[in-house]
Amino acid sequence: MPYITIDRVTKSFGTFKALDLVSIGIQKGAIHAILGENGAGKSTLMNILYGLYQPDEGEIRINDTPLNLNSPRDAIASGIGMIHQHFMLVESLTVMENVIMGLVRGARTIDIAFHEKRIREMSASFGFDLDPTAPIWTLPMGLRQRVEIIKALYRNAEVLILDEPTSVLAPGEINSFIAGIRKLRDAGHTILFITHKLEEVMQVADFVTVMRHGKVVHEAEAASTNTRELARWMVGRDVVFELKNRELLQKGVSGEAADVLTVEGLVAVNYRGIRALDDVSFTVRAGEILGISGVDGNGQKELAEAIAGLRPILAGRIVVDNRDVASLDVKARISDARIAFVPEDRQSQGLVLDYPVAFNMVLRSYDRPPASRRGVLDFAAIRKLGSDLARKYDVRLRSVDQLARFLSGGNQQKIILAREIEAKPRLLVVMQACKGLDVGAIEFVQNTILELKAKGVAVLYVSTELEHVLDVSDRIAIMFRGRITGLLNRDEATTQRIGELMAGIDSGVAA
Amino acid sequence: MTARIMEVLFATRTAWAVLAALIVGSVLILAGGGDPIEAYRTLFGEAFFDRFGFGTTLVKMSPILLAGLAVVIPLRAGLFNVGGEGQLYMGALFSSIAALYLPQMHWALHLTLCVLAGMAGGALWALIPALLKAYRGINEVIVTLLLNYIAIHLVSYAAGGPMMEEGAPYPYSTEIPLDLMLPLILLPTDAHAGVLVGVVLALVLYVSMRYTSFGFAMNTVGFNPRAAEYAGINVRRQMVLAMIIGGALAGLAGTFEVLGVKYRLFQNFSNGYGFDGIVAAFMAAANPIFVPLSALFLAGLKAGAQLMQRATGVESTVVDAIQGLVVMFVAASLALRFQDTIWAQILAKRRDNEAVIERKKSNA
Repeated sequence: MPYITIDRVTKSFGTFKALDLVSIGIQKGAIHAILGENGAGKSTLMNILYGLYQPDEGEIRINDTPLNLNSPRDAIASGIGMIHQHFMLVESLTVMENVIMGLVRGARTIDIAFHEKRIREMSASFGFDLDPTAPIWTLPMGLRQRVEIIKALYRNAEVLILDEPTSVLAPGEINSFIAGIRKLRDAGHTILFITHKLEEVMQVADFVTVMRHGKVVHEAEAASTNTRELARWMVGRDVVFELKNRELLQKGVSGEAADVLTVEGLVAVNYRGIRALDDVSFTVRAGEILGISGVDGNGQKELAEAIAGLRPILAGRIVVDNRDVASLDVKARISDARIAFVPEDRQSQGLVLDYPVAFNMVLRSYDRPPASRRGVLDFAAIRKLGSDLARKYDVRLRSVDQLARFLSGGNQQKIILAREIEAKPRLLVVMQACKGLDVGAIEFVQNTILELKAKGVAVLYVSTELEHVLDVSDRIAIMFRGRITGLLNRDEATTQRIGELMAGIDSGVAA
Repeated sequence: MTARIMEVLFATRTAWAVLAALIVGSVLILAGGGDPIEAYRTLFGEAFFDRFGFGTTLVKMSPILLAGLAVVIPLRAGLFNVGGEGQLYMGALFSSIAALYLPQMHWALHLTLCVLAGMAGGALWALIPALLKAYRGINEVIVTLLLNYIAIHLVSYAAGGPMMEEGAPYPYSTEIPLDLMLPLILLPTDAHAGVLVGVVLALVLYVSMRYTSFGFAMNTVGFNPRAAEYAGINVRRQMVLAMIIGGALAGLAGTFEVLGVKYRLFQNFSNGYGFDGIVAAFMAAANPIFVPLSALFLAGLKAGAQLMQRATGVESTVVDAIQGLVVMFVAASLALRFQDTIWAQILAKRRDNEAVIERKKSNA
């Protein structure tokens, strides 16, 4: 009998079913990986297990006793601890202070020496090597993660939930992390490990559950499976090649179409200074949609930002219409090179939420006619442009003076698309264009992009959602660890082949 | 109709907060043995409705207004300049050096140079935290705050050392030439033209923040620096510019203290105008157009306090406490977000209902 039973759990947010009758059995003293793409429902499930959400239907049992988890406090009392992807630590306090925070209640004195000794012993027993007196801000990410783990263990957690634990670690820290959780398992703890990284699953997990679109699609013992099989389950073998705009797409790209974007030997680092783009080269022609696919965090974001001018590059060339734009700033890339960019993070980068819709429509052209002349804003023109675009792109709003904050995600995305497309770009870089949108909005976004293609615009379509990439792309480049591991034509792009490339398996022509 | 009233109440929430602060302040006056109504009547009557009192109010309004604008502009770019006091001192230092040591020249040119020097002094003092913030990410609040003390002591050194008038009983410089003194505007009081310049600047800044692409860029940086970067705005340059403008305005406040009030560089001449500017900026909800109003109110409180003490025996320090209450109440009122209030939810529901009714009506 499993130690933890997740029994037919269903959870909906509005009309969106995040979890659909999910059942998983978790053995005591094992490392159990939950694998899935972004949006597969992993985090929702873990948040239910940690008491942050309550399931609509179904239940969770430990040792066959049903749990009623109404808050993280209940989860902790039941021996469940969670290590969030973004650490919940007070950086100015010490390790010991963070660990005991909230444990000692009321006006009692704290026996500092006792707690420090206990933390030191506990961390030594797992080879964690933590100094309880060190302030958090002095510690690298790997050690901070250990503080989080000790925090949970200090509250007598039997079960540890780790949410994307390796995503914040530097490459060198991953091996010691893996050694650490093996020791925890050997000490009898049960570890739930949420990830979308296949190699890690194969390295540490005893059991694997693959989730997709809120459902469990595959369960296996790690020893009896391989990354290729897991990749196929994760990406889904049921990808439908049904096209809503077949006629547009089938036109393909004319043989004489000129190269619009050429990227050569691009190298860049991510926000933590780790190399995120490693010698990336490709070309996109006029009227071509190049899909960039891959598991999240393999350099796609950095690539898009480097082309848009938002991320400095260390080496390489970015050529748009035969002109090296690498030295141009963002403004020049917008107005001279005509690069439009739909960023991944629409709320914190693509829009100013506290600006009216009309202002957001001219966010990237506010300093040019018609939005302004000789440095003076033309409110009438801005409002007219705003309402024209809102009508054309079917943005649902009460008025263009309404703040962007109060629109739905789909309508917010339409504002960004309207603005970027109406800028009459030569090159459109779209990131995660359909993330979090409903079916209707997705179709609208994809149709809009296909129409742009028909007008001869080069499109770089970056998405982790493979179906969407397959829906619109002429060719598909797959990124893995900052490199393009494969560049496939549409007809070669089987999900199996893509899955392998996404997982970094190079099976070459044999596939 | 209800919606309309609620919106008006919300839009004027700062005024209500001030009123609430004054009501709570009346408890303090009672505790101090005074009659609140009498005290407030004297305070505001003298400060605003008496020629001499109003002159004093205007004298104090000039530096508070300019120092308030010095906080507002950086605030628009998301920076909190608490260094107005230091920038004001540096402005006074630079302008008095220009007034006292430049060679003989036509007075208009000399006056212009004095004003420019004062603005440059304040701007320079704001440039330091601006560069540290924009290029090194160092907290501008701490740097501007600490630079205040350096500036105050620099002026003490100058006024008590190299610039000190021979035989002066107190650290101050020699008097500036007569033709550099700012014209008086409300004879026979001391009110000078600086306050008019301040009001004009408030208007100019309001217009440029609201109606120009420069202001759009500044506001965008303040609302969302990542989106600003994405919009092609040079975020660092905007931050530095905002601070420089702020510093120049505070420097101008110090300049006018020298050219319009003291006619010399005094040690410790300001008694906190730079900090009053922070209060003025918050009362104005970071909108330049309201800073003259909030500065007038604060200046009136200060000017009336002395007279109130004389007339009613209520300690003038009570007014300091009332000013503190005003800060707290205004800050609390600004934290309210219209959309978050229960009222807003009720109103939203009503609007939805009305929309449904309208549709039904038009269908019928």
